[in-house]
Amino acid sequence: MEEEKPVNEEEKKEAVAEKKQERIEPQEEYVYKQVKSIVFSVLSPKLIKKMASAKIVTPELYDREGYPVDGGLMDIRLGVIDPGLRCKTCGSKLKECIGHFGYIELARPIIHVNFVPVILSLLRSTCRDCGRILVPKNKNDKLIDDLNKVEEESGLEERRKKIKTIISGMNTINKCPHCKARQQKITLDKPTTFVENERRISPIDVRSRLEKIPDDDLALFGLNPASVRPEWMVLTVMPIPPVTMRPSITLESGERSEDDLTHKLGDIVRINQRLFENINAGAPEIIIEDLWDLLQYHITTFFDNSLPQLPPARHRSGQPLKTISERIKSKDGRIRHNLAGKRTNFSARTVISPDPMLELNEVGVPREIAMKMTVPERVTSWNTEFLKKFIQNGAEIYPGANYIVRPDGKKKKITDETKETALEELQPGYIVERHLMDGDVAIFNRQPSLHRMSMMCHRVKVLPGRTLRLNSAVCNPYNADFDGDEMNLHIPQTEEARAEAEILMEVQTQLISPRYGLSVIGCVQDAISGNYTLTKDMSVSRQEAVELLSAVGVTNFTRLPKRDSISGKEVFSVLIPEDFSFKDEHAVISDGKLMEGVMDRNLLGEGSGLLLRTIHKKYGKDFTIDFLGKVFRLGIEVLFRTGFSTGISDTDLPEAGKLDIKRVLDEAYEEVTKLIEMYENNKLDTFPGKTLRETLELRILEVLNKARNKTGETVADRANQKSHTMIMAKSGARGNLLNLAQMAACVGQQAMRGKRIENGFSNRTLSAFKKGDLSPEARGFIRDGFKSGLTPAEFFFGSMTGRDSLMDTALRTPKSGYLYRRLANAMQDLRSEYDGTVRDASKKIVQFAYGEDGIDVSKSENGKINVKRIIGSVIG
Amino acid sequence: MLQEVIMKDIEATKHVLVPKHTKLSDKEKKEFLEKYAVSIEDLPKISVKDPAIGHLDSKPGDIIKIVRKSPTAGESAFYRVVINV
Repeated sequence: MEEEKPVNEEEKKEAVAEKKQERIEPQEEYVYKQVKSIVFSVLSPKLIKKMASAKIVTPELYDREGYPVDGGLMDIRLGVIDPGLRCKTCGSKLKECIGHFGYIELARPIIHVNFVPVILSLLRSTCRDCGRILVPKNKNDKLIDDLNKVEEESGLEERRKKIKTIISGMNTINKCPHCKARQQKITLDKPTTFVENERRISPIDVRSRLEKIPDDDLALFGLNPASVRPEWMVLTVMPIPPVTMRPSITLESGERSEDDLTHKLGDIVRINQRLFENINAGAPEIIIEDLWDLLQYHITTFFDNSLPQLPPARHRSGQPLKTISERIKSKDGRIRHNLAGKRTNFSARTVISPDPMLELNEVGVPREIAMKMTVPERVTSWNTEFLKKFIQNGAEIYPGANYIVRPDGKKKKITDETKETALEELQPGYIVERHLMDGDVAIFNRQPSLHRMSMMCHRVKVLPGRTLRLNSAVCNPYNADFDGDEMNLHIPQTEEARAEAEILMEVQTQLISPRYGLSVIGCVQDAISGNYTLTKDMSVSRQEAVELLSAVGVTNFTRLPKRDSISGKEVFSVLIPEDFSFKDEHAVISDGKLMEGVMDRNLLGEGSGLLLRTIHKKYGKDFTIDFLGKVFRLGIEVLFRTGFSTGISDTDLPEAGKLDIKRVLDEAYEEVTKLIEMYENNKLDTFPGKTLRETLELRILEVLNKARNKTGETVADRANQKSHTMIMAKSGARGNLLNLAQMAACVGQQAMRGKRIENGFSNRTLSAFKKGDLSPEARGFIRDGFKSGLTPAEFFFGSMTGRDSLMDTALRTPKSGYLYRRLANAMQDLRSEYDGTVRDASKKIVQFAYGEDGIDVSKSENGKINVKRIIGSVIG
Repeated sequence: MLQEVIMKDIEATKHVLVPKHTKLSDKEKKEFLEKYAVSIEDLPKISVKDPAIGHLDSKPGDIIKIVRKSPTAGESAFYRVVINV
């Protein structure tokens, strides 16, 4: 209420004119206006009476017939909350009538809690006798000039700060510069009592003092006398909110249960009535004072029931009432709960699980969900019979329908009883809300939605089971896995929404990432292993090849060579378009035939390699998604036939290999011992900028790392090259050679903060070692492999680093998430304009060319534009 | 005191990481504003006191062209308007 700007008179007139026009044509006429200024003000008693449509005089709610009492809190002039009734004030029905205010005349003035701080500073900085501000006339003008200057230079916020310092400066003035009256110290006895010289100032006196403040002096307080008079902050009449914002609920027993606000208002009206009667009867001052205080309490808690100084007003059950402030404030309040956080209908959420037999742009929906979520379909003369079948099935049999909507907007549930009539009355213009069916459009989403790829449009596929299903190839854009992840599904309800979802959000439109210009969707896990196995050196009979391909969905086998034995590369080639040629360091494809190379993660994986990007560029999104789906299934199909499993035996090494590893490690140990010896005899050359001890640590780390890498190489050479663990590591499907080496040979040095494990005890890591022992095994080097097993000390060192990294990720994830969020929020309305510049919402330039180079990454190949290739393709 | 000496002794413009700053002439400035259809307020800003434009003798309202090396575009031009403080 401190910022006020004069309302433009013309604006006002226009608004009125607009309103009149609206009356004439009540159809959907939207008025587009830009807010120019907002006036915050305090309701004057006059305005309260003027906007009220009823005076409330009795705390009773209903008479014996259950009809609202005239002049009661549920007065029918305050709005309708019962169906069928019409509002006495505006004549509209339920839901049309927004409700109307009432008012009550208070027997004595009451301080409004939320204005107490303002009132206090007003009382303190004005004269108690003449009501003038405690600043000499000439100084007053200067202060106002100062304030205006501050506002011009550094904004309203600074002006407010300045006002605060001026007001607090006036607290110490004890003589009025106008009438020379002595000023007293005024304190606040929280929440609503003002005390002057240990004597209480009654609200009547407070109000009369505020009345005395002249209009001209108010500007310094930041109040505009045209819209705010300080005495209005002490209530003499109180507005009664319309019943529509405090509707009563009819319980199952037929009993009525009133809203918290109605309860509170009842208390107020009752006490107010009592106070009136006692004053009129000339009751003793003490009784009147007591009632007055009680009324003050009720009105205070009506506005705010969570004041620290006041006991909150409670229900009979003991739970505190939720009054006006509590309705607005905090997480469950109107703002954060209802305005900032809205909920949506036609959405579903459950656990997700993988299904490789779904297409990439499909989503498996449990039948249970499909029977709850509906798609509205308008009846026309062409689909009447089709839609009647759904109604015939009803809500219980799939595929059925749950509701029909008449052209006038009336919605009817389909039950066994209403089925017949619904079927009879169905005609073009009606809308049938039928169950979800295969092919319906749905938007699928996983939080956190950091990406535009976190919300993609899929086609519904109704399946048995209780989870939402997706092809595991689309896990990557959603960043989903199946360890209990849940995802949301939304069903667009209008033709426009569906078209928009299909055109802008469908999975195939999101293939190429706008972040790095490569496919975000690719083969994962066993799809990679499978294609690797197939294209490495597999050969199958023609019969098997046909089986493989038909399982994937290929029907045309003319491109399979007419031979009995067909190589895996030839089988894979059937999926590649005939006129496609591609060459990079991993593979060579010429005229639709895979000539060289093995299909591995570098070629088929998500976000890697130009193979998928090139196919997308040449054949388009729909082909690519189909190609990806087929390749994916081909890989899995191959594994179905060959079998694929890992075991401990995969990490077996020949005897010679074991000896090699032992020798390598022994040599390293020996070298470390030598280094320690040199260190102890001071014969070690220190590295520049390091201490002797640091040098030793670095040298030891180097030796041990080298040794571990050597064991890794040995494992890579000596282990069974055909083992499935090896295939997974080589194809990039899962794991790497280091993992294999850790299992087969040696886990290696455990490091914390880049150093070997340091002292947990005095001069030693564990009490099992000698003090000052610097040997590898005493400082966290794990010599054994996981298969051979770890010694207790080794195991403990392993747990130490394990716990450390666990803590690290647990602490880092929320931090980086918040950083990303802040970035996203700061940049959310930047956009690249037609002139190539990047601008913010107010058209200020941020970059002169998008990303300095003006390249749309999603149209590039890994962020670059391959001019050579484009020229080649143009001139052929 | 200490800071003053340091600022006097070091020429920021000579540093490898400081890109080349040049002032647009009045004609260039006019053409520039027309090309991007912007007013001075809509441009990124640079302080008159910025060490990188100390040698240019610029005043508020001037436009500084900055040519930066970019890993993606080779060289890229950026423009900032000189403001007071």
